[in-house]
Amino acid sequence: MIESSHLQAAIVAMATTVSAHAEELTALDSAIGDGDHGANMKRGFDAVAADIDAICTKPLADALKAVGTKLVMTVGGASGPLYGTLFLTLGKELAANPEAYVAAYRKAVDAVAARGKSEINQKTLLDVLYPVADALEAGRSKADVVAIARAAVAGTKDRKAIRGRASFLGDRSIGHVDPGARSSLLLIEAVAGVLP
Amino acid sequence: MKNVGIVIVSHSPLVAEGAASMVRQMVGDDVPLAWCGGNPEGGLGTSVEAIIAAIDRAWSDRGVAILVDLGGAETNSEMAVEMLDGDRAHKVVVCNAPVVEGAVMAATEASGGASLAEVRATAEELSPA
Repeated sequence: MIESSHLQAAIVAMATTVSAHAEELTALDSAIGDGDHGANMKRGFDAVAADIDAICTKPLADALKAVGTKLVMTVGGASGPLYGTLFLTLGKELAANPEAYVAAYRKAVDAVAARGKSEINQKTLLDVLYPVADALEAGRSKADVVAIARAAVAGTKDRKAIRGRASFLGDRSIGHVDPGARSSLLLIEAVAGVLP
Repeated sequence: MKNVGIVIVSHSPLVAEGAASMVRQMVGDDVPLAWCGGNPEGGLGTSVEAIIAAIDRAWSDRGVAILVDLGGAETNSEMAVEMLDGDRAHKVVVCNAPVVEGAVMAATEASGGASLAEVRATAEELSPA
């Protein structure tokens, strides 16, 4: 069972890794976007971490919603509503069906796709989030899930961007790893490191 | 207010404010108008909180049309609409139109008393389907 104490550890781990990799995310985003992904993600997860005590006194579902709302309000780029929707939907689904984690994750990824009007293989965070949903549903181990996510990030490099600012570059987006895919992997690794 | 309101959302506060002045020049005070631009730290980007506040400032019971520049402005505006308090989300639309021309055209249409659907359609005529 996942509890708010796990979320507390996950928030610390996510904020730490986003902060440590902010420059890398910004460099990836500078190559094919507007160069603010690192700063935006850091602002969002720093804000979540600053509110960690208030967030983690709530039951898990409400705490996840609080994380989502905080990201929506503080990130300042498209990744705010995208990651915000992921956490908001996780909270909403777990409130309705506690402990149906894998199903909640799948619904949350579908909600991110709807929010971004995008789908898999368009060189976005969905290229990582969907393979992880498949792996979770297949009952793969934590190590396998992280390995699949890593491979999925690498797979965005040779893909042409169809959605997001990078799509303005057309074929010139090929050859660069997608920054949103990279930040998704950071979060997945952080969460995998603290979950039971 | 009897006319549909207009909200301008840009990554840049300078662009948003400039577009708003062009709208004012065209329609004066006949249309509720608000703008916002910049991320929560004041850099280039958009802020859901600022967008919600702008919708409140431009509120009209006949509806509000939002004009946005690039991707994140659209996504954050759609998020802001969903987070509005009260039963208001169905009275707000995000237009698929260029921000400056769209705002001026939408406001001009709104100043004649047009409905929200008419205001949106006028703005969206500027974007090829």
